[in-house]
Amino acid sequence: MDNQTGRPTAARAGEKWKWRMACRVDDVPKDGGACVSLDDEQIAIFHFSRRGEWFATQNECPHKQQMALSRGLIGSAGPDNEPKLACPFHKRTFSLLSGECLNDEPLRIAVYPVRIRDGKVFVGMRARAEK
Amino acid sequence: MSSTSKPIVVVAGNGMVGHKFCEKLIARSERESMEFQIVIFGEEPRPAYDRVHLSEYFNGKSVGDLSLSMAGWFGDQDVILHLGDPIREINRTAKTVHSSKGLVQPYDYLVLATGSSAFVPDMAGIEKKGVFVYRTIDDLDLIKAYAPQASNAAVMGGGLLGLEAAKALLDLGIADTHIIEFASRLMPRQIDQAGSQLLEARLTQLGLQIHLNKSTLAIEGGSRIESLQFADDTRLPVDMLVISAGIRPRDELARLAGLQVGARGGILVNERMETSDKHIFAIGECALVNGMVYGLVAPGYEMADTVAANLTDGRKTFTGFDMSTKLKLIGVDVASFGDPFIAEPHCRTIAFEDRNKGIYKRINITPDGKYLLGGILIGDASTYNLLLQNVTNKMLLPPDPEELIMGVRSGEAGGDGIMSLPDEALVCSCESVPKEVICKAVTDKFIHTVDDMKKCTRAGTGCGGCIPLVKDLIAGTLKANGQYLRNVICEHFDHSRQELLDLIKINGIRSFDEALDHYGKGDGCEVCKPALASILASLWNEPIQKQVTIQDSNDRFLANIQKGGSYSVVPRIPGGEITPDKLIVLGKVAKKYNLYTKITGGQRIDLFGAHVGDLPDIWEELIAAGFESGHAYGKALRTVKSCVGSTWCRFGLHDSVSFAIRVEQRYKGIRAPHKIKGGVSGCVRECAEAQAKDFGIIATEKGWNLYVCGNGGSKPQHAQLLITDIDEATCIRYLDRFLMFYIKTADPLTRTAVWLNKMEGGLSYLKNVVVNDSLGMAAQWEEEMQGLVDSYACEWKEVVETPELRKRFTHFVNAPRRKDPTLVFDKMRDQIKAKEW
Ligand SMILES: Cc1cc2nc3c(=O)[nH]c(=O)nc-3n(C[C@H](O)[C@H](O)[C@H](O)COP(=O)(O)OP(=O)(O)OC[C@H]3O[C@@H](n4cnc5c(N)ncnc54)[C@H](O)[C@@H]3O)c2cc1C
Ligand code: SF4
Ligand code: SF4
Ligand code: FES
Repeated sequence: MDNQTGRPTAARAGEKWKWRMACRVDDVPKDGGACVSLDDEQIAIFHFSRRGEWFATQNECPHKQQMALSRGLIGSAGPDNEPKLACPFHKRTFSLLSGECLNDEPLRIAVYPVRIRDGKVFVGMRARAEK
Repeated sequence: MSSTSKPIVVVAGNGMVGHKFCEKLIARSERESMEFQIVIFGEEPRPAYDRVHLSEYFNGKSVGDLSLSMAGWFGDQDVILHLGDPIREINRTAKTVHSSKGLVQPYDYLVLATGSSAFVPDMAGIEKKGVFVYRTIDDLDLIKAYAPQASNAAVMGGGLLGLEAAKALLDLGIADTHIIEFASRLMPRQIDQAGSQLLEARLTQLGLQIHLNKSTLAIEGGSRIESLQFADDTRLPVDMLVISAGIRPRDELARLAGLQVGARGGILVNERMETSDKHIFAIGECALVNGMVYGLVAPGYEMADTVAANLTDGRKTFTGFDMSTKLKLIGVDVASFGDPFIAEPHCRTIAFEDRNKGIYKRINITPDGKYLLGGILIGDASTYNLLLQNVTNKMLLPPDPEELIMGVRSGEAGGDGIMSLPDEALVCSCESVPKEVICKAVTDKFIHTVDDMKKCTRAGTGCGGCIPLVKDLIAGTLKANGQYLRNVICEHFDHSRQELLDLIKINGIRSFDEALDHYGKGDGCEVCKPALASILASLWNEPIQKQVTIQDSNDRFLANIQKGGSYSVVPRIPGGEITPDKLIVLGKVAKKYNLYTKITGGQRIDLFGAHVGDLPDIWEELIAAGFESGHAYGKALRTVKSCVGSTWCRFGLHDSVSFAIRVEQRYKGIRAPHKIKGGVSGCVRECAEAQAKDFGIIATEKGWNLYVCGNGGSKPQHAQLLITDIDEATCIRYLDRFLMFYIKTADPLTRTAVWLNKMEGGLSYLKNVVVNDSLGMAAQWEEEMQGLVDSYACEWKEVVETPELRKRFTHFVNAPRRKDPTLVFDKMRDQIKAKEW
């Protein structure tokens, strides 16, 4: 059983995930992020400890192609408390659910599902070809 | 006629109005695709400056600060300017002017903007040394040079200018200053007897001695003035006299040319500002229009625009101007508007007087109670703009008009009142900007600050009197549009930074989560997290590494993130002083970790291009060599720049380096709403550029002068003089108070300059708080600052020594030794350089 789970929104119906062990729970600071290397990709993992939720996104900010999203501040936006992330460079913010940029720009980041088992963090990666 | 095809417009006088005329003519001719050749002759040796704010020349403003144009403006605009060369004669038949230096200049149109001169009564002894007028920068230079020899002084004339001159004399250090007024009250043109009495009481408290009903007969003494002799056979011994007994239009040139002038002076013009010669105009204080000489700048600007219009599209007349005024005299608000003196039965008068607080307000309303006609405000003129708009726009009064001057809180009454002004209500009269234009700029161009409004519409760039109204209009329009202007931090906290700081302090909140649980909602964001981090740090000074994930990325990694994702390393070099050994260490470390090195404006050495994983190792080596964190990443004290001072410099008065180091060591590491920079110079030559810093200290013969709230950056602003000639210990105490006041009350990411600009009451208020302890907070602030100073610890030292913390400095948590492979550098001038993005 998952003790803590990320929201499954990123998983589209019928999509297959390859669950990869990313790091240990302690490697990610509470209410913050850390970067892991998986299949030669840089993935940013965020631990929303206030809400008991986990999220994962690409680490690269699409604004100026900076590998920096894991170092950004996380928080929430709007009445529905949409979880979000702000790039440390120029403060583009992205929804952690949909990956969409919330500052009215046509930018988008990939989001991945997260599972927690035995103190370990697993990220669901798509099969290469589907990307 | 002119040899070129462009019509030649010659302007006599490069004062405020003459200059405004050139600006207006250029703007209007561009709009109409017309071209003129403008040729200006000015009598004064410098280009037009802001005479209205002339007195600020004594408070540290330079000639450059007061100038109305940027250097090079005249050349850029193709305007020919002859300075120090007055026009002596006009030949109306040949249409030429003849200058003092012998130039002969043809004109198609001639604009006389010769202003006025101080009226000097014809009395015995007027030629003696120590007798001055108050009109030009040259006059002020003479006064400044003479003042040190004077221990008492008098101003002849208790009008607006006289009171201003008296304040200037106080500022120059002449504590024994007298005002001599012929009439039975002060400012006889603007205020009534009751108002004058109140003003007298306030001015007397401030140290001015006022003599009313005094008619001066003669100035006595040898070659220098020694005393004044009055008609009532009394005498007043004085070393110095400033005459401010009214103005006299400079119509001598016009007279000589046979133009019509008024019986009591002034060049006669019609409503198109034409003199009796259709090719010659007169504008500003030299013009007599509607039987009146207007002694204020705003009507002069309107006249300038009238002529510019008539030379281009030809449709503008000058039909009189409101002479309302508001000013702050030695900290006392004085305003009069509309018709201040009209009396019953032509009106009904409502007056309100509070001798305790020193407030007097009078309004005159129509006998049917429907409209406001005018009034006087002393001691509190916060409602001036609203009342004036009421008069000029003939707005219907509320059923209880007394509420306009008492009872209801002015802010609230003001808010709605202002929004109900008609669209065409003139808000900025200097630049003729109506309400509509301002509201449109807010709605359509997203202008939310006064500064941006100035740039966008020019409103508030003239005398500045309308700025409070502009502010209210911005806030009112935003509110009407459903936008907030309450300074709440963000959607998660419905409080301003200052409110939160108080709440957190009183309730002993120590973490972001606690604060969010008590006072916030949602999960926070990139705005409130760092803001709270800064508040918590300034209150408790705990290591910011305790709550890393609420810190901006820079604070989290104790380094500034740079293009590409590398970090910079900035060790503190207090006062910019460094030993050769330490320099060598910096070089060695930079070489070892392949870092780009640059000397910064803050007199230290930045090392760029560090991988996040190398940061702890780099700092370990630096700390071993005696370096500390420079806090370049934090909203905290950056550097205190110093000049070499008396230890080496032949001009140095005191040891500026030692003082800079002492100050930098004291305030290092303290978190604030924004970064703070300081500077210390060893003498007035100011090699440390201290006046461009948040605080600047400059050595004087007797101690140090302290300047505050300067700013470089995109909106440079000179620091303002807070206090003169204090010793080091006092300077530190005032700095403690100043910085704590700033830390506690500024909005997030607000530099001290902007903080001061927004402060109600401005510098004089700040001075009161810091120097006179008007809030009674000084002792507490000094103690709190000492607490922060005592709990300082180098953040990097802590990281280097704590394995748990060191671990965080890695790019991949699942491969701690691997560096970010996407981080690559280019080469430039034998060093690395971040890749372009
Ligand atoms: C200390 C002080 C405070 C003031 N405060 C206020 C205030 O708070 N609000 C306000 O509205 N007004 C104020 N005023 C008045 C305001 O400064 C004037 O209304 C304004 O400067 C008038 O502009 P002007 O161009 O007509 O005259 P000026 O600014 O006097 O310019 C005239 C210029 O023409 C030059 N000149 C004269 N003859 C010749 C010639 N033959 N050839 C070439 N050049 C010539 C003069 O030397 C002068 O430089 C104040 C004035 C003073 C002195
Ligand atoms: S400010 Fe004065 S003391 Fe300092 S270096 Fe310059 S000239 Fe010398
Ligand atoms: S001035 Fe602009 S470009 Fe230069 S260092 Fe500062 S922020 Fe960067
Ligand atoms: S690189 Fe992320 S916002 Fe610019």
